[in-house]
Amino acid sequence: MNVMIPSQLRSYTHASRVECSGDTLGAVLDELDRRFPGLRFRIIDEQDRIRRHIHIFINKEMTQGLHQPVTDADEIRIIGALSGG
Amino acid sequence: MSKPKIPIKDGNVALLVGTRKGGFLLRSSHSREKWNLEGPFMLGAIVHNMILDPRDGRTLLMAASTGHLGPTIFRSSDQGRTWKEAARPPAFPKAEPEGTGEAINHTFSLWSGHVDEPGVFYAGTSPVGLFRSEDSGETWYGVTGFNENPMRRTWIGPAEFAAPGGGGLHSLQIDPRDPAHMYIGCSMGGVFETLDQGKSWQPLNKGCEADFLPDPEADFGHDPHTLRIHPLYPDVLYQQNHCGIYRMDREDGYWVRIGSNMPEDVGDIGFPIVLDPRDPQRVWVFPMDGTEIWPRTSPKGKPAVFVSTDGGKNWVPSHKGLPARHGYFTVKRHAMNADREAPLGIYFGTSGGQVWGSVDEGNRWRKLVDYLPEIYSIEPVVFAA
Repeated sequence: MNVMIPSQLRSYTHASRVECSGDTLGAVLDELDRRFPGLRFRIIDEQDRIRRHIHIFINKEMTQGLHQPVTDADEIRIIGALSGG
Repeated sequence: MSKPKIPIKDGNVALLVGTRKGGFLLRSSHSREKWNLEGPFMLGAIVHNMILDPRDGRTLLMAASTGHLGPTIFRSSDQGRTWKEAARPPAFPKAEPEGTGEAINHTFSLWSGHVDEPGVFYAGTSPVGLFRSEDSGETWYGVTGFNENPMRRTWIGPAEFAAPGGGGLHSLQIDPRDPAHMYIGCSMGGVFETLDQGKSWQPLNKGCEADFLPDPEADFGHDPHTLRIHPLYPDVLYQQNHCGIYRMDREDGYWVRIGSNMPEDVGDIGFPIVLDPRDPQRVWVFPMDGTEIWPRTSPKGKPAVFVSTDGGKNWVPSHKGLPARHGYFTVKRHAMNADREAPLGIYFGTSGGQVWGSVDEGNRWRKLVDYLPEIYSIEPVVFAA
């Protein structure tokens, strides 16, 4: 599946779009972190909560959490939300 | 044990400047007359603290987060030209049930370990937590004797009572005679001491006021802003607290409010406190307005450093070169420090993005650089040749 990478994370991926796989959002992020070490902790805290100013959409729906199932047909979009000046 | 010596660092002083929008490096000429700005490093990142390992003169650590991204630690061994992220930044253990545990908001302070423990560093976090690295900042592990101490939450208070911006562990001081003997300062929580390198901790707040607590004689819950021990006389402790300036002679075990000797119209509220590394009686503070609704700016718009040369019995202002009026400075707790040169240089950074310095031990001040983002930390260093 396609994972859309926001500008804030491109120092890790050097790309705005990454091809990835996994059965759940958590598994996809785990794979991303294996390939781009450190990326996951910048957007998911140590309690597996999505950080306050990060939004993750699966297709056009905001995700319910890391356990949410995904398929290869889905598109995951990580977004840096508004976070002040 | 023999008394450690404080060598004069005979090199070119540089200032590591951590700001709300990135890190900078301010390099001086040998005479400290000319200063050149380098950077920014990680432009846009919130850089809470940057330090240089004084043991090797090469390893730089930077505590950074951003508005969007979680906290991490960056390391550089080439004076900031390139940075590498820590493989395991500070993080609390995952709690059960899922989602109920604490998460690090940011690393607030970084500290080099004891001179006999090369590669060891400590990090203080917000929420209040203490972490240790034994591999020059590559991996970090919680100091469980503090972070998982059953009294920790009682000491630091409920999360909703934390100071604006979150409570933080801002000060860690290691006894140069014994790496197992350490002090920490937590805002809120107070000062705590360990004799066994962090396995157990005891509050050390007797004599210190806490006018925001229902029990003015409480053993903990205080609000130190900066804690320092003297490097040559480590049983002499100073703190700039939310409730004044204090000194403790450790064998007394009791804080004495030496800020009561400050001029009444200035008061003794502030964030930083700076010790003369060669004279335990000489100390500098940067007072701020702590009246009524706490503007936290220079009292009456007249910025001044105050110095005591007798351990806090008397204080005199030092403001030559600073604005005589209309100067509403705020200097954060990590944003004022001294170098190790002779004569001593003292430097502070303001929330308005100015770095000021005195290279004659605080007699005359000069603006070294302007127009930086809000300054969080100033760390004078000398890189290894």
